[in-house]
Amino acid sequence: MIRFIVRRLLQLIPTLFGLSLLLFIWLRRLPGGPETAILGERGTPEMRAAIRQNLGLDEPILIQYGRFVRRLIRLDLGTSISTKREVTTEFLQRFPGTVELTITAMVIAIGIGIPLGYLAARRRGRLLDHLSVGGSLIGICIPVFFLAYILKAIFSENLGWFPSSGRQDPTIGATRITNFFVLDGLMTREWDAAADALWHLVLPGLALASIPLAIIVRITRASVLEVLNEDFVRTAEAKGLTENVVRRRHVLRNAMLPVATSIGLLTGGLLSGAVLTETVFAFSGIGAFLADSISQRDYPVLMGFIMIIAVVYVLVNLIVDLSYSLIDPRVRVR
Amino acid sequence: MALLEVDDLSVTFARRGQRAVRAVDGVSFSVDAGEVVGLVGESGCGKSVTSLAIMGLLPKQPGLRVGGKAVFDGSDLLQLDDRSRRDIRGRDIAMIFQDPLSSLNPVIPIGLQVTEVLTRHRGMRGDAAAKEAAQLLDRVGIPDPKRRLKEYPHQLSGGMRQRALIAMAVACQPRLLIADEPTTALDVTIQAQILELLKDLVRDSGTALVMITHDLGVVAGMCDSINVLYGGRVVETARRRPLFREPRHPYTVGLLGSVPRLDAGRGERLNPIPGSVRDLLPWPDGCAFAPRCTRRVDACVGEPPQLVLAHDGRSYRCVNPAPVPGLRPTEEIRETVPGEAEPGTVPAQAVPGDAPAVPGLGPAPSEEETP
Repeated sequence: MIRFIVRRLLQLIPTLFGLSLLLFIWLRRLPGGPETAILGERGTPEMRAAIRQNLGLDEPILIQYGRFVRRLIRLDLGTSISTKREVTTEFLQRFPGTVELTITAMVIAIGIGIPLGYLAARRRGRLLDHLSVGGSLIGICIPVFFLAYILKAIFSENLGWFPSSGRQDPTIGATRITNFFVLDGLMTREWDAAADALWHLVLPGLALASIPLAIIVRITRASVLEVLNEDFVRTAEAKGLTENVVRRRHVLRNAMLPVATSIGLLTGGLLSGAVLTETVFAFSGIGAFLADSISQRDYPVLMGFIMIIAVVYVLVNLIVDLSYSLIDPRVRVR
Repeated sequence: MALLEVDDLSVTFARRGQRAVRAVDGVSFSVDAGEVVGLVGESGCGKSVTSLAIMGLLPKQPGLRVGGKAVFDGSDLLQLDDRSRRDIRGRDIAMIFQDPLSSLNPVIPIGLQVTEVLTRHRGMRGDAAAKEAAQLLDRVGIPDPKRRLKEYPHQLSGGMRQRALIAMAVACQPRLLIADEPTTALDVTIQAQILELLKDLVRDSGTALVMITHDLGVVAGMCDSINVLYGGRVVETARRRPLFREPRHPYTVGLLGSVPRLDAGRGERLNPIPGSVRDLLPWPDGCAFAPRCTRRVDACVGEPPQLVLAHDGRSYRCVNPAPVPGLRPTEEIRETVPGEAEPGTVPAQAVPGDAPAVPGLGPAPSEEETP
């Protein structure tokens, strides 16, 4: 188990170097550069060259890369070109919001998706099944930003049930410790701050949950249908076990393996930021900032954020792999 | 009164836009307490469906229709509600399945799979249940049962897995055990051990056993009486000795003839039954076995053959049965069993003691009728 984790983490090193090299080259190949973003169309060639020299962009690309790697080894991701702040600082300030949003969305998606998928499978061919399969198709098709706007219009602007933007009401004056606003509120016992932060998460969380929810419903349904046909379920029935025990112990647990895989992938995807949802709800996560950084050609921010996201992605999937061995004893981690 | 009395059991699967399939078509047999009864036939003859219908384990689907009766201990299993059926299953009637690996839940330990039966039907929990489970594993011949309880199915050998399944089945000392091809997925040497174990268990506990198999060797070693199934109907019923000594139905003859024998001469070929189970004549149109039968006569086609109740309590469903030396035709009674005939078809008339019973049999008189 420990060896498995260590090996997976060691595998991360070559992955990161490969990724960083590719990223470095690709980003430099994008037309334009930070000097264009700073100067716009007005800059003279001399001004552009001065900025490029100032940022060290005039040197050969491999030398630039070497410098990047040397800093990376010291865990120094450099400074943002546009905000002039440390990339690490920028990340630590924004990533907690994305994490909170991801957790909210996944809790909604899993909490509704697995029971719904299970019921759809049990009532195969009946109304609930058709509704959930059809509904999940809509959930996959509907653009997330569109859903976000609709949710905002109905539940925030019309009904006024939920706040329309931000992560927390600034007038509360909450204490910041980790930048996870809900967690901060709990740690400092500022219950109103925690509740308010949670309240701000509901609508963007719902919007963001739509696609994972749809996918989880479908995978759970298909997986339960498959397990229901397994011989061991028939054995369990032949033992005269109550329906509840058959369902929980024999069907659901076996049906969870493919669902766990998809949950891992979906969580990793959400953690890399939800640009559109964050924009609609003016929610400060990494998504919108990353999108801005691309248009600004803010190389250090892009490199740093993407590298960290890659690490997080690998860690999430490592956790999923470890959870396999908890669900299925045949999967031995070695 | 028999322990289990299956009467005119029929199972039909209907799919929208497709013709309904009658997998079991008027099967009747009975099992006395402590008796070992065989249901024998090729795959597709309806033997597994019969057992699943009795257990109420057929996959629930819209087009499924189960008819007839299966009276166990005075109550018709087919009429029970889901809850009382669950009460009976595992406690009074238990079942052992064909493939021990897929029949065990791969993700929970053997111990829980045994104790859950004890918890459900005997209210045992915790240490008491674990202790009883270890004793059960010991009883079915699994060495080091305490360790095995903590293991998962994939850590056990095939024979061990089937033993574990048997332990679960006998956990509540059921009065009836249904074994659906319990040895098919196992090595030959293991097969013998498992059969021996089953034999010991039913002898020691007085449990009745329904043995479902295609293997006549299994039947010969275990069963008191045997029902041969073909095309969803019982075509011959007999005690073990008479069946092996004097099979009457040509299908039974064929089954016996296709068993490899050690005393056969070198180079002697096996005698498989020609054709396959799919070459099936629908019963209303005559004998389902007719397309493959070597003793086929004109009378086989046209209407379903009646059940013939023969001299020694055996019965078969054939208009031209295999001959038995020294048997007089007058000793046999032909009888139309009520409820046998398909709706819309005219049952053939019973003509006692006068074979050929059906007009048109003339060209093929069998030897027994001309002593």
